[in-house]
Amino acid sequence: MCDQTFVAITFGPCDRCEKNFPLMSIYIQGEAATYCSFCVDTMACEGLTKGETLVTLKNESDSLKKKLEEERNKLHDIELHKVAEKVEVLGALPIKTRRVLKGHSNKVLCMDWCKDKRRLVSSSQDGKVIVWDAFTLNKEHGVTMPCTWVMACAYAPSGCAIACGGLDNKCCVFPLSLDKNENLAAKKKNVAMHTNYLSACSFTNSDMQILTSSGDGTCALWDVESSQLLQSFHGHTADVLSLHLAPSETGNTFVSGGCDKKCNVWDMRSGQNVQSFETHDSDVNCVRYYPSGDAFASASDDATCRLYDLRADREVAIYQKDSIIFGATSVDFSQSGRLLFAGYNDYTVNAWDVLKGTRVSILFGHENRISSLKVSPDGTAFCSASWDNTLRIWA
Amino acid sequence: MSGSNTMAMKKVVQQLRFEASINRVKVSQAAADLQQFCLQHAQQDPLLTGMTSSTNPFRTQKLCSFL
Repeated sequence: MCDQTFVAITFGPCDRCEKNFPLMSIYIQGEAATYCSFCVDTMACEGLTKGETLVTLKNESDSLKKKLEEERNKLHDIELHKVAEKVEVLGALPIKTRRVLKGHSNKVLCMDWCKDKRRLVSSSQDGKVIVWDAFTLNKEHGVTMPCTWVMACAYAPSGCAIACGGLDNKCCVFPLSLDKNENLAAKKKNVAMHTNYLSACSFTNSDMQILTSSGDGTCALWDVESSQLLQSFHGHTADVLSLHLAPSETGNTFVSGGCDKKCNVWDMRSGQNVQSFETHDSDVNCVRYYPSGDAFASASDDATCRLYDLRADREVAIYQKDSIIFGATSVDFSQSGRLLFAGYNDYTVNAWDVLKGTRVSILFGHENRISSLKVSPDGTAFCSASWDNTLRIWA
Repeated sequence: MSGSNTMAMKKVVQQLRFEASINRVKVSQAAADLQQFCLQHAQQDPLLTGMTSSTNPFRTQKLCSFL
């Protein structure tokens, strides 16, 4: 599903040799160019140092992969749950559903909390995006998107705007006004354009930049004001399903997970893929940073959630049980990082003890798959969105 | 098309070289740090310690009396 499959054939003068041939559009040092296939081949060979051929490169890549495995295993001296043996076992959690938000007429696909800890935005298959006050259950704003399946939505850090997108391949930003009668759709601003569906979006530390991930296999950083593409991140070989920004104030890394079973950590300024983890057996549906920023968790269709430590550069824990056979769709950490809440396709939310690797409790309530789950900014509650058309707040 | 395959392979090798060169920490050290973070912040975690009805805005009040 990468954008290479969407190339249309154009015919015309090549930028390099000026002759008329079928053209390929490629990027050189970030600049777009259209070259004919002969020039592309010539250029590719120019980049090789003496003696490098496809065969030698393949051998080198295999030996490097082996070396990486060895380096990672060398440091694997103990398991996380062994280190955590002395820690007290957690008692039963007194968590249950405190609010049910009804109002969507179809599957709720995504939700996000506002920094004021009481508002949240949710988007649904019916094309509607609703801003709720979670304390009073009031619906504060509602927008109807022109496409159905609004798969991603995000609240701006200032609380003054929301972003959403989905099958329309775009991400648009709506400024929220206090005037209830104002038509939100009129102020819509198209910010991002991808060549396939938008799977996730998130504002960075300010309202001015938005990070998006898409079914076309790329992630991109956009400037909201000018809708300019600031940086694009290539590396996934299939749809990217989720992304999460590192929690620190100065952080400029983010993690993304996709259908190629990989979780990649990226540097936002250079666009470089700094670390990559491939231990899941199926699509990675959701990734979330640990509160300290030194680790992240992922949820996958292989029915497991895994914890990866960034400094040890490896997977350090798997959260799985033989009785859990349905894919996990979303995860989030509690504020201290001790609990990991995961939503599954079997309609339940499981709470895991991050350190010991055991399940602390199962939360029942939803009547269909959980599509999205997020803990509130102050950690007092978490919200789950489901295909049963409702959202539930648990505390 | 062998040109683009070679280019792709070269990119893969460069990426692997980069990844192989990063500094790594022992798992025991990393795990100890994760555990320390959890324990340090455990008291401030409402979902872990369970807030009482009066302090948690989402929990319903037990008794409501007219003054």
